[in-house]
Amino acid sequence: MAEPVVKYKNVTKSFGEVDVLKGINLDIAPAEKIALIGPSGSGKTTIIRLLMTLEEPTSGIIEVNSQNLWQMEKKGKMVRANEKHLRQIRGDIGMVFQHFNLFPHMTILENCMTGPIHVKGQSKEEARKNAIEMLEKVGLGDKVDNFPNQLSGGQKQRVAMARALVMRPKVMLFDEVTSALDPELVGEVLEVIREIAKEGEMAMILVTHEMDFARDVADRIIFLEDGVISEQGTPEEVLGNTKSERLQKFLSRFRS
Amino acid sequence: MWNWDMFFGSLPMVFKGMWVTLGVTIACYLFAMVFGFVWVFLKRIPFKPIQWIVSIILEFIRSTPPLVQLFFLFFGLPMVPYIGVSLSPLTVAVIGLGVHFSTYISEIYRSGIESVDKGQWEASIALNLSVKDKWIKVILPQAIPPTIPMLGNYLIIMFKEVPLTSTVGVAGMLFMADKFGARNWAYLEPYTLVAIFFLLLSYPSAVLIKKLENKLNRRFDKKAPLGAKNLKKGVAIDG
Repeated sequence: MAEPVVKYKNVTKSFGEVDVLKGINLDIAPAEKIALIGPSGSGKTTIIRLLMTLEEPTSGIIEVNSQNLWQMEKKGKMVRANEKHLRQIRGDIGMVFQHFNLFPHMTILENCMTGPIHVKGQSKEEARKNAIEMLEKVGLGDKVDNFPNQLSGGQKQRVAMARALVMRPKVMLFDEVTSALDPELVGEVLEVIREIAKEGEMAMILVTHEMDFARDVADRIIFLEDGVISEQGTPEEVLGNTKSERLQKFLSRFRS
Repeated sequence: MWNWDMFFGSLPMVFKGMWVTLGVTIACYLFAMVFGFVWVFLKRIPFKPIQWIVSIILEFIRSTPPLVQLFFLFFGLPMVPYIGVSLSPLTVAVIGLGVHFSTYISEIYRSGIESVDKGQWEASIALNLSVKDKWIKVILPQAIPPTIPMLGNYLIIMFKEVPLTSTVGVAGMLFMADKFGARNWAYLEPYTLVAIFFLLLSYPSAVLIKKLENKLNRRFDKKAPLGAKNLKKGVAIDG
């Protein structure tokens, strides 16, 4: 197996008294697609927020391309990473949020150009070309000059994906990206993710409640419960014939 | 009794003073706008002692009357050993009122910044924007527009406080009216004239600001046939 692109080594996270993650060990191979499932409050979202550097782990080590994300070496000692260190590493990580978080004061084209221009140093023309290409890919080529609040939820989420994709991350995180959508808009967003997944170059971690979708897209499904990984395996192993009673109970809620 | 000759006689002097008053207002306001940012960023330094010190200084400036601060700067400061300097009336006016109002303006900025959705900060991190780009491209363009009406109100409030500076010798409208009155032993007419000038200048400004406020409130609605119900303070809750 190739060297993992992301490694969690005994990672814990507490918010005050509450232990949200209790020792997560997880290797993610390049181009691997992982679906994180589990009851709410099990820490699924926290796992990816730690990787995106939106939260700092309480203990443990997260490595990206074998580089320690949250610590850096200074005068022979490991100290807390500063913004410069984080910026250097998190360029390989991208994220799509539950609530889209598009920039409301920019057109959707500008939303997709800001990162490439200011972070990757692309020229305006280059960034524009790439952004339009990506927006066409997610099916929004005719909306480039619209503002986010002129779009439907599904369209907003597709813009958010284009905005993350133009940064060419090695690992893409999806945080319950369909949870805030009206049911009839979920399909169009999942379709785009399927397309991206098929291209295959990027590792993906999907926090999701869409079990059928997880079965389709994921190479590995991880069941998280009370801050620990309690089951993992291929979709068949986890969703098909699991022996874990609690997992069965959890899954039964999604069957109608 | 009322004397029209005195009224029109004082007009040239008061008119001349008006330019000084307007100039001082603008200078103080620009100073306060810039300095307001300084307070905001000092208070955001993630080091508690600095935050405490800044809070104490802000509270001190806000709780003391501007007139006392002007007197301190003009009459008191030159007598402080070693660091004492004499400042011109204009400098005292700009620094005194500017610093005083910067504390209120920093509060307005703070409320604007806090009104920006948490998701916007997170999206900036996810895009790996630098701290500078995060503020300039994402946060401030959303934080400042909703505060423009409040900033405008403070401009008018400040304009009406500028006559305080006549006490340290800034030759604004009140100062000139005073001078005219002392010379001609006629105070009623020039002071009335000063009041009229203030009214003529602040009322239209207030109306203008009101209009601007309405325009800003409508700004996102026009563009937003689909998502208008999700708007709050011009920022989409889910966007």
